[in-house]
Amino acid sequence: MATDVHRPVTPTVTQAVRVEGLSRTFDGRAVIDDLRLDIAPGEFVALLGRSGCGKSTLLRILAGLDRDIKGTALVPRRRAVAFQAPRLMPWKKVWRNVLLGLPGKPERARAERTLDEVGLGHRAGAWPKTLSGGEAQRASLARALVREPDLLLLDEPFGALDALTRIKAQHLVAEVWQRRGCAVLLVTHDVEEAVLLADRVLVMDDGRIAHEQHVGLDRPRDITDPRFAELRAGLLRRLGVDTA
Amino acid sequence: MSISHAPPGSPSPDISGISKSFAPNAEGVSGPDLQPVVPVSSRRARVPRWLRRTSGPLLLLVLWQLLSATGVLTADVLASPERIAQVGRDLISDGSLPSAMGTSLRRVAFGLLFGTVIGTGLALVSGLFRIGEDLVDAPVQMLRTVPFVGLIPLFIIWFGIGEAPKTAIITLGVTFPLYLNVYAGIRGVDTQLIEAGESLGLSRWGLVRHVVLPGALPGALTGLRYSLGVAWLALVFAEQVNADSGIGFLRVQAREFLRTDVIVVCLIVYAFLGLLADFIVRSLERLLLQWRPTFTGR
Ligand SMILES: Nc1ncnc2c1ncn2[C@@H]1O[C@H](COP(=O)(O)OP(=O)(O)OP(=O)(O)O)[C@@H](O)[C@H]1O
Ligand SMILES: [Mg+2]
Repeated sequence: MATDVHRPVTPTVTQAVRVEGLSRTFDGRAVIDDLRLDIAPGEFVALLGRSGCGKSTLLRILAGLDRDIKGTALVPRRRAVAFQAPRLMPWKKVWRNVLLGLPGKPERARAERTLDEVGLGHRAGAWPKTLSGGEAQRASLARALVREPDLLLLDEPFGALDALTRIKAQHLVAEVWQRRGCAVLLVTHDVEEAVLLADRVLVMDDGRIAHEQHVGLDRPRDITDPRFAELRAGLLRRLGVDTA
Repeated sequence: MSISHAPPGSPSPDISGISKSFAPNAEGVSGPDLQPVVPVSSRRARVPRWLRRTSGPLLLLVLWQLLSATGVLTADVLASPERIAQVGRDLISDGSLPSAMGTSLRRVAFGLLFGTVIGTGLALVSGLFRIGEDLVDAPVQMLRTVPFVGLIPLFIIWFGIGEAPKTAIITLGVTFPLYLNVYAGIRGVDTQLIEAGESLGLSRWGLVRHVVLPGALPGALTGLRYSLGVAWLALVFAEQVNADSGIGFLRVQAREFLRTDVIVVCLIVYAFLGLLADFIVRSLERLLLQWRPTFTGR
């Protein structure tokens, strides 16, 4: 179920992600340094950390886009990424973008089903440049989901959205995750978003996972819950922001 | 729902007087100067676009005819439009113009074909493969600086005086602009899109087909447009030397007999063919680049 990014497959893994002793250096500077990370199948993990600490780098490694690494990284063969910018091919209609890279000759109906799932079925035949920011982001999510991934990698997918669209998109991801049951690694700057969505929140610092916080709250979560506020404040303290 | 429309008869569209009466402490405080947002439809001129576009050349033509008729412009300097139309009709009816056009068009077509194949081919090799870049790009960039017209004598020595040197000159002229633009187009494709394609599991060829080539298409079409311009230029040069047929030959012959009317007819034919080529590329662009919302001007 898992492919090693650069070593032979170990068949006994029951994790969706298994990373050990991972290092990545840019020009002699270790951005990721002896990092360890496990994600269980179906688990929703959020990754926080200050800007430039290496979150996107880690995500790109897990996506198999950056192979210039040391250490072990085991990830499922079926994985998908949604980036901060939607990165749709502007010369392909939305539905063709969704199907791009799928093996065989998939039908348009398949793209439309997934687009319906993110509430974008009516825009299947549109050119990407005519989509609004939120629509483009949802199309990008549909493109990731249509691959039926065992691991969904999200790099600040709501970063560029306005507050209202953002809340809707967060609900959408929560819903899709519950339906699909895939493991999710969500990179975000937003502590509230992390606590709202994730089973486990990680804080990255100095090239490794510096802090881990399980979120035991029932779903759907209520941001006015005092326990929610407590978790949020604790994480913010970890990130060096004092809310008091 | 209109924002502010002054009634047709009103002297000024300024409604600051109204806004004053709405302001809580109205007296003395005048709001910012308001101005109406004029809907596009009413700003557009009543004269249709095609009429506006054709009126300029038409005026020029009338002026020219006037100058000729009054004798300011004598026939041995420049023939009158009337005379040119007459000569044009004669040249068409006796078949010499159509056959010359056919010959010239064939030369351009072959030159374009070979130039496109060579230019695009080389650009693909050096754009897609690093080793191709090392092998191809430097020599091409070097050859590019040689003015291709200067090669005509050499080509005549190599290929004789038949069709071959003419086609070769046009091919050469067409190759470089296409090479440069296609190459730049390929290298200018957004790396983020390439990475996205990679993350979707596209193979190397899939990346080329679905990401790199479509991304390079706008540049390639710009190159094609430019190449077409060069192709006509190359044709003029090629037919100036040793031609026994084609529009250029007609022109050279006319020069011998001081027939300014025939020369102008040939120039008009060049212009017409150039416009036609431009129209074809623009249609191609509209067809192939529909995904690109473009700035259409005001
Ligand atoms: N291709 C590269 N070459 C050199 N340095 C790089 C490269 N890519 C990333 N870096 C550096 O690695 C560090 C981590 O980058 P990364 O993009 O992973 O940060 P991040 O945690 O995602 O930040 P942000 O939250 O702002 O997106 C940064 O200091 C960045 O400058
Ligand atoms: Mg990042």
